[in-house]
This record gives sequence, structure tokens and C-alpha cells, in this order.
Amino acid sequence: MGSKKQNRREFLKQGAAIAGGAAIGAASKTASAQLEGPERYIHGSDDMVAYGSRSRFVTSERIPHGGRHSPDTFGLDFHIATPLQDQYGVITPSSLFYMGTTRGSYLPDIDPDKHRLMIHGLVDNPLLFTMDELKRLPSVTRMHFVECAGNRANNRMTTVQETHGMTSNAEWTGVLLSTLLEEAGVKEGAEWIVAEGIEEVKGASSIPMTKAMDDCLLCYAMNGEPVRPQQGFPLRLLVPGFEGIFNVKWLRRIKVVDQYYMTYNDYGHLTQDPATAALGYQIGPKSVIVHPSGGMQLPGTGYYQVSGLAWSGGGKVDRVEVTTDGGQTWFDAEIRGEPQPMAHTLFAFDWEWDGSECELQSRCIDELGQIQPSRQEVGEFWNTPPGERIRVRGQDNSIQPWRIHADGSVHNAII
Amino acid sequence: MRLFKLLIPVVLLLSFAAHAQSPTKYGVGRTPSAEEIAAWDISIAPTGEELPAGSGTADLGAQLFLEKGCAGCHGTNGTDGLAPRLVKRDVGVLENAWGYGRILPIRSPFATTVWDYINRGMPLGAEGTLTPDEVYSITAYLLYLNDVITDDQMVLDQDTLPKIKMPNQDNWAQVPDWFPNQPRLQGYPY
Ligand code: HEC
Repeated sequence: MGSKKQNRREFLKQGAAIAGGAAIGAASKTASAQLEGPERYIHGSDDMVAYGSRSRFVTSERIPHGGRHSPDTFGLDFHIATPLQDQYGVITPSSLFYMGTTRGSYLPDIDPDKHRLMIHGLVDNPLLFTMDELKRLPSVTRMHFVECAGNRANNRMTTVQETHGMTSNAEWTGVLLSTLLEEAGVKEGAEWIVAEGIEEVKGASSIPMTKAMDDCLLCYAMNGEPVRPQQGFPLRLLVPGFEGIFNVKWLRRIKVVDQYYMTYNDYGHLTQDPATAALGYQIGPKSVIVHPSGGMQLPGTGYYQVSGLAWSGGGKVDRVEVTTDGGQTWFDAEIRGEPQPMAHTLFAFDWEWDGSECELQSRCIDELGQIQPSRQEVGEFWNTPPGERIRVRGQDNSIQPWRIHADGSVHNAII
Repeated sequence: MRLFKLLIPVVLLLSFAAHAQSPTKYGVGRTPSAEEIAAWDISIAPTGEELPAGSGTADLGAQLFLEKGCAGCHGTNGTDGLAPRLVKRDVGVLENAWGYGRILPIRSPFATTVWDYINRGMPLGAEGTLTPDEVYSITAYLLYLNDVITDDQMVLDQDTLPKIKMPNQDNWAQVPDWFPNQPRLQGYPY
């Protein structure tokens, strides 16, 4: 405050001196010499007033995942990956949230006033709710990621959007499933729930009662507004930390049951091997360096903030480690913000690049002590013979290596 | 302060009394009728308890497969359409049925899953239009095409369908019992 006054006084004195003396340099002080303003202005429109939009200079977009076009000629959407490389912080904007569907589903266009949720089966009080009624119940707001089982990297992919774009993170608001189950009164012997959507094939998944009572959430909002149709408007089940398919969209029915129901979705998930089954259920500790990542170009040697996202289906991220020498030396990265359970967590690491070829990796250690494995470690676990291509079974949480070439270009280093 | 402390239990008691008629704590939502529940409930357990009355045979199913438009998307023989293949490839008889590929009427451990999926999701675009008899017949036909049943006159109904022994009935891995704060696989990767 004091120094501001001081400056102002000096400025006034100087001004007086200039005005009183010869007009030294007066020509260069005309209005035309001020810094230029913006080239254009955005004219107000009803649309911009009602629901704002981003700058025309911001062009970041989702892309179809896995080489299958979306939408197809029939208007079906399949898998769409989020541009992680353009994201700041941990919230994925709703417009850019990744999307997965079962094959052959159009997006239901649901009138929320007509939508109902039924909870029935092994309960004392079967219940039917309108959306307004659900919103009257006590709510929670939590950060959680969702990740598709198909979010797996291979050596043909180039960018982080391709290798890791099938996961996103949002702030979700809704009712805890446990609140509804307590209202309904779960009967003895109720070990599972079956959650079902309203889309054409009425996708349904069996979810253990232990999880249903722990932290599952019936969401009607994400990132401060109603859940988007691509995410299950008007109601979506969130099963934090479980593979994407469990997070039933367009939710209309929950049946409390005594056994694993082997729905079509459950069947699609089946394997013969118990270890693989376990690895395709709760998502493991995972992380990826986003800056720098595949397809980027370092402008030269010097300081870089290496940053990325870490998450785990087992709980909070405890630590993230970064290596710049391909895994020989690991350093603790700095965790930015307070890690939340089953939520993307930001990490950063100060790095001086000396211009030599090197390999960056990150690994996540979660609060359960689970450690994100390298692909080599996965190969060893499954006794993959040396030289044979390593297959990551279940959900792929293996370490993503990025190779920096001497010219500053960044490349996917999966072999 | 003391008075306030004393009041709390009284208020709690009163509020419980006020809700005594409503079975639920919040009294929000309503009780669906038995008819509503029956109309909504399309789940079929592997034990088959929700299967409706009705019956069908593969013989009848062959005709329905054409009439109901299944053939239009899945091919006349269930092998050559734009939609997924419904019949195992001609690879002979395999010891391990997983080798036939991801084809529901051969890989599924339970015939109920085949019935349930056709009933809830097919024919795509006109789902929910098949009668129970039709679903029994088409299910029988797909099981017949995959050599799970060999008699095209065998009657499938709420009794016989759950008893069909699928080749993978005992050949699949149950997901682990889940508890909070539990690693997904002990000892993975080291
Ligand atoms: C409009 C096209 C279309 C029609 C008509 C159709 N289907 Fe399908 N069917 C599909 C598509 C697409 C899928 C894959 C859906 C998915 O994966 O979500 C499918 C999946 C299936 C599956 C599961 C396949 C598997 O192995 O996973 C079965 C069984 C099936 N259909 C049976 C039928 C039957 C029986 C009919 C006739 C009553 C029928 N379909 C009519 C398009 C169709």
C-alpha cells in the first residue's frame, strides 16, 4: 500500500516536470504507441450468456479409441478417449470425459421426470424413487476416477491420449447406495446386487454387497451439473475403483440377490484363471507422466516440470516415484493437493534436461502398499520366457515409459 | 446447557415415533406394487428361479431365428452377419470349451445367461418383443447349433433350461471375495 502511494507521488512529480519543461519525447507518448489490444472481440450472444464456451484457440478434443470410428454410420458411439495431454489439474471437463459403451448401444435420451429407480429383491421394503425423491435424500460429493478395462497401452500407440485416455476423473454428487439399501432393509443372505441400465441391451452387472455398502454412489451430478447423457443421465452408479463396466449408466433397477448372477456383462468379464479374474476387477495402482509424453517436443535443454496423474482402485495414492534413467534410480515426486480415495492425483517433479537421450517413467504406490509394476515385472510374474511379448493380464496398470531423443522428441518406449 | 442435553433423547424418541408408520427412515419414495416389480424384474439367476412359464424347442427356434430378424444381423446361419457370430467355429470337439472363442451360447457357464440376454436385448432395436415361448425356442436353437443339445425336439422350459450342462459350467474363475482395503491380488507383482 505504502509503496504504491510512493509510486503515484513520483509519477505525478515526473508528470509535472515534463509538462513544465520542454516536451521531451512527447511524440512517443501518444496513444498510438500503447500496447495493442486484442485483435478481435467476442460479441455477446444468447448462447454465450446462457451456457458459455471455450476460446476458439482451444481445440483439444476426444478421439475414438482403438481404431473404431465413433459415431458409426448408424449413430452408435463406442469408445472415446480423453485428451489427457491437454488437461490441467485433476478434474476432467465433462465435455472431454472419456466414454465407453457396450457394442451396439445408442445413448438413451431420458426425460428425468419420467425416470424411476427401483430397488427390490431380498429387501424388507422394495422402493421406487423419482429423481426428485432421490435428490431429497442425504447426498455426498466426492472425487472419483472411472477407467475402462480397455485402457491398455501397446507399442503401436504414440500419445498419452491413446495409451491412457480411457480414464477420467470428476467430482460426483449423489446418494450413497448404502443409504438406499438401509432404507430398503437388506435381508439375511443378500450377498450381491445386480445393477441394471435402461439402454437397448439393458447392461447389468453383479456387484458384491460388501462393495455396495462401502462406497458405491448413485450419481445425478458431475462437475457441478447433471450427469451428461454419455455418462448415464439422469442417474449413474459409481463403483469407485472397479473397472468401468461396473459403473452402470442410465441406472433404473437394483436387485438385491443371494448369488453372482452371471449377467451378460459378468460373462463378458469371465476368465478361466483366478489370478487374472482378480486382476480384472479392482483397478490396481497406476500412474502416467503426461508432461512430457509421446508426441511432444522439448524445445531445448534446461528446466522442465515433469507432471502426471496417479490413481488406484485400492484407495488413496500414497506416493509417486519418477525415474529419468529408465528405472535405475527413482525419486519421490511431489504430490499436488490432498489425495482422495479412488481419484486421480496430480504429481510433479523438477527436472533439468541435459540434452542426452533418456527415459522417463513414473510409478504409483497406494495406501495399501500396492506398487505399480513395470511390464518386465509383469512378465516375470507370469513366467513369460525372455524374448516373448509380455501380455499384461487383467486391467493393465503397468508403468508407461517415455523415451526422450537427443532432438527433444518424446516417444512411447514400450517394447 | 444441561436442559439441552436432557432434551436430545426426548426429541429423538419423538422423531422415531413420528416415523413409526413408515418402514423407512426418510419416508421418501414409494412401495412398488407386486405387478410393477414383476414387470421390471428381467433378471434371471443361474439357478433359473425367475424364469417364466412357457416352453420351446430348437426345431421351432430355427424358424423364429429367420422370422424375428436375427438372421438379418447375425447371418442366416448365425455365422456370417455384421453382428457377432453366434455359432462356434468348425474346429472339432475341444477339451477346453474356451477355445471356441467368445460366443455366448457355447462359452457361457449357464444357459440362463443366453436366455436372459436374448430376452432383454434382442432382437436389437425391437428388444423386449419376444414372448417367453419364443425366447425358449431361440435359446434352444442356439444351443443346438453349438452342439450343447443334440435333440432339436428337446423341450426347454423353466425346469429344464437351468439344468442344461454347459461345457464351461465348472470351468470359470469366480471373482475374489471383495472387502475394503484389500489388495486386488496378494503378492502381485512381487
Ligand atoms: C439390428 C441387428 C440385430 C438383430 C436384429 C439381432 N441382433 Fe443379436 N446382436 C446384435 C449386436 C450388434 C450384438 C452385440 C451387442 C453387444 O455386444 O452389446 C448382438 C449380440 C447378440 C448375442 C450375444 C453374442 C455374444 O456371443 O456375445 C446374441 C446371443 C444375440 N445377439 C442373439 C440374437 C437373436 C436371437 C436375435 C433375434 C431374436 C438377434 N440377436 C437379433 C445385433 C442384432
